[in-house]
Amino acid sequence: MTLQLAKPAPPDDDKRWKMVEVTMRRSGYASHALIETLHRVQGLFGYLDEPAMNFVAESLGLPLSKVYGVATFYHLFSLKPQGKHTCVICTGTACYIKGARELVDGLRQKYGIELGQTTPDLELSAVGARCIGACGLAPAAVVDGEVLGNLTVDQLLARIEKVIHDAT
Amino acid sequence: MMKPATPSQVRVVTFKINDRDVSARSDETILQVARENGIRIPSLCYVEGLSVWGACRLCLIELNGDSRLLAACSTRVEEGMEVLTDTDRLRRYRRMIVELLFAERNHVCAVCVSNGRCELQNLAQECGVDHVRVPYRTAVYHVDASHDWFRLDHNRCVLCTRCVRACDEIEGAHTWDTMGRGINCQVITDLAKPWGESKSCTGCGKCVQMCPTGALVRHGTSVGEMEKDRGFLPYLSRMREAEWE
Amino acid sequence: MQLEELSELAAEIQESQQHCDHCVRVCMAAGCQSSGAKVVFDALSEKTAESEHVCVKGVGCMGLCAAGPLVEVTSRGQAPVMYQQVTEADAQEVVDSLGGAPVERLRCPSDMPFFTSQHKIVLENSGVIDPEQIKEYIAADGYRALVHAVTEMTPAEVLREVDVSGLRGRGGGGYPAGLKWSTVSKMPGGDKFVVCNGDEGDPGAFMDRAVLESDPHRVIEGMVLAGYAVGAAHGFIYVRAEYPLAVERLTKAIRDATKQGFLGQNICETRFSFDIEIRLGAGAFVCGEETALMASIEGRRGQPRPRPPYPAQSGLWGYSTLINNVETFANIPPIIRRGGAWFASIGTEKSKGTKVFALAGRIRNTGLIEVPMGITLRDIVFTIGGGVPEGSQFKAVQTGGPSGGCLPEEFLDLPVDYDTLRQAGSIMGSGGMIVMDQTSSMVDVARYFMEFCMDESCGKCVPCRAGTHQMHALLDKIAQGHGSVKDLALLEELCEVVRAMSLCGLGQTAPNPVLSTLQHFRMEYVAKLQEHALPDGGPPASERSATPPAESQETTS
Repeated sequence: MTLQLAKPAPPDDDKRWKMVEVTMRRSGYASHALIETLHRVQGLFGYLDEPAMNFVAESLGLPLSKVYGVATFYHLFSLKPQGKHTCVICTGTACYIKGARELVDGLRQKYGIELGQTTPDLELSAVGARCIGACGLAPAAVVDGEVLGNLTVDQLLARIEKVIHDAT
Repeated sequence: MMKPATPSQVRVVTFKINDRDVSARSDETILQVARENGIRIPSLCYVEGLSVWGACRLCLIELNGDSRLLAACSTRVEEGMEVLTDTDRLRRYRRMIVELLFAERNHVCAVCVSNGRCELQNLAQECGVDHVRVPYRTAVYHVDASHDWFRLDHNRCVLCTRCVRACDEIEGAHTWDTMGRGINCQVITDLAKPWGESKSCTGCGKCVQMCPTGALVRHGTSVGEMEKDRGFLPYLSRMREAEWE
Repeated sequence: MQLEELSELAAEIQESQQHCDHCVRVCMAAGCQSSGAKVVFDALSEKTAESEHVCVKGVGCMGLCAAGPLVEVTSRGQAPVMYQQVTEADAQEVVDSLGGAPVERLRCPSDMPFFTSQHKIVLENSGVIDPEQIKEYIAADGYRALVHAVTEMTPAEVLREVDVSGLRGRGGGGYPAGLKWSTVSKMPGGDKFVVCNGDEGDPGAFMDRAVLESDPHRVIEGMVLAGYAVGAAHGFIYVRAEYPLAVERLTKAIRDATKQGFLGQNICETRFSFDIEIRLGAGAFVCGEETALMASIEGRRGQPRPRPPYPAQSGLWGYSTLINNVETFANIPPIIRRGGAWFASIGTEKSKGTKVFALAGRIRNTGLIEVPMGITLRDIVFTIGGGVPEGSQFKAVQTGGPSGGCLPEEFLDLPVDYDTLRQAGSIMGSGGMIVMDQTSSMVDVARYFMEFCMDESCGKCVPCRAGTHQMHALLDKIAQGHGSVKDLALLEELCEVVRAMSLCGLGQTAPNPVLSTLQHFRMEYVAKLQEHALPDGGPPASERSATPPAESQETTS
């Protein structure tokens, strides 16, 4: 016999939790919906914090350590808030051969961040991607969802400067 | 975890381990049969009574005439197979695995509470590790002493996940799990919080008894004093299985 | 639906497409999109909105990513004309030229070997049809194999065709598909699953992405056929979250196919039902390994487990599961449509059919190609790929990603098939091919791949978790010129142990890039040794010849 656990309440009254619940309900709160649910939370809130992981764990009836283990196994999940803008630099083989390193160096020099880091003012996050599948356009990067190919350092920095500037 | 074979499929097979004729049920693994026959195969992550994890790779064996190696813990026996457990090649490989384990964390036997009763230390002796050829990583690891009765020292953890499995499969609490990936993996309790703050931990201490090294120990033990008692496991795991039959 | 009905539907769609005299196709695959295909498409659509005789279509990958955005114009009664590097400003000129002489300035020679030396089966619709319109797929003989199989063939007959075709798994392993399918079909009843592995993780490979983005229905049809053949009712497609466009198109394709009755309950009014769910990866290369992939679908950490039991025996949630990759499933509809014997007539004795490769790196024609098995590497790199750019000198071609190896000039005449590449110290892999020139140091390349494997190691088994870390440290030391002869010997020993002892394919093949560069470019390693440890400093490595000092040669040989 399985004891019924009480349905947990969302961490706060943010409306986005309703959408998280929709995702979980669609799979009947099955434990295999964990990764999908974490994708949903990350998509809505930008990262996974403790209250979120607690809520997901309780809703799906999973141990906390298991949720944490999964959240830290997959590189797309982030446990820290991300910058307003994201620059994904492809570090795939073709990009590496054609100078992705220089792009990373350029970012470091201008914004002082390495791949996987966010600027202290939370404006920009730099992310490394294993391969974004645009090898024909190496070196490539993705700035706020837009794929840029055959990049030079100057072009990349100018593009980032533009998205930050346009938003403010 | 290996699904048990249905009884109708189980036969008795005869085969060889190191030129010795043995017979066993076809749903048994090479490691189980070797142990029943008093043939030693080194292993670290395997414990009778817990699920098969297959991660330490120390129990790999050779089949005569086949260059591939097989994990004795997860390979079922077959009629006529010729298992070799102690070839030069295996000895060389096992030694390297043990060296890699020593270099991965900060194992200093001389000041360890498990000194003299440590499975990693015993394996090193068995595999003839007189020095470690690969450089120590010397990464910084924390000691979690927040629990009332137990202490976790990541410096001595070999990531065998026996604690994780014992907690999940025997105690049923699933307080433990592994976080991260690759060389950054660590065992955690709940949301990687101090063990003492864990809400799910029942304080049963099974994880401590299962730990092969000095990574999980009782408070107040000094060098060489930590003795582990695993007598509970065969009984409890039998009772767990019986519950479902 | 019966076969006649489908034929009628296809004819109807074809007829409705006849009304336009000029068909303008704009490549909307990820590569061309990032060179600005979307604005070109919008401009062309806007400028032809008034005209009834022109239709502008967004299509999948045309292959030559280096020259994107690509536009192809097909006018009635004329040979197609392809334009390269089209910009928004060129749109008017292209529109004006319709019915007249082509715009020579933008023309991409379609008679170049890049196009003429290919043999397209998997990519036959890629760059031709609009991937978002199920009608276009149907008009191109799509779902014909499915309807034919479900209504007129027994599962055993479908299995036989796949077996006769000699198709081998395109994910890298090369395991015969027919054998895998019949193992699953023989498993006793109950639930079974079909899983499509779209976790294309090899850096430098984008074949599966192109197939999913350019022709998603083909993969769906292949999976349904597999489900019918092995007796499964549920399918999963596991796609990388890094491929949002592929996910979007697959989602639409699954919806449309369900609406048309090719998916869901009682397909073609038979008793056969099959549904497909998409599962997103979350950035873990190891999930390309089948047992890790299944763990991930089940919502767990993507860590492999020992095999046996194989997924065919005990897969998803313990049920018998058939796992093949995207390209493998994409080959199935033409095999059923045209027969296994037809497929087996292409390629070599042991490697049948064609293979899609992604060409990248120091090569002129970067992009996507499909060639018959058995073609030589030289034909791929120099004839189709156009060779290395001016000023570059060919040094090596890397196949198989982090599990493969680097092959130098003298191996270029080898035929490309599973077994030959393996003998040469590399592997076919999933199909990434990266060309390197004199600017790439092979020690550096080996270090790059080892860093990849180290970062992507799941951390479960000791040799891979700790071994890749140690190998990377040694390669780093050697690349920086601090390594000694002893370090090189230790590196080689670690290669052997990690390869033999690791739990899954990731660890077992992680040493390959090191071993192959050691085999073919050993001098580069030796030249790097003890740069700073030579007596009285010695000349820097750049000034020393690649010949090692006699002493170290003795000890390393």
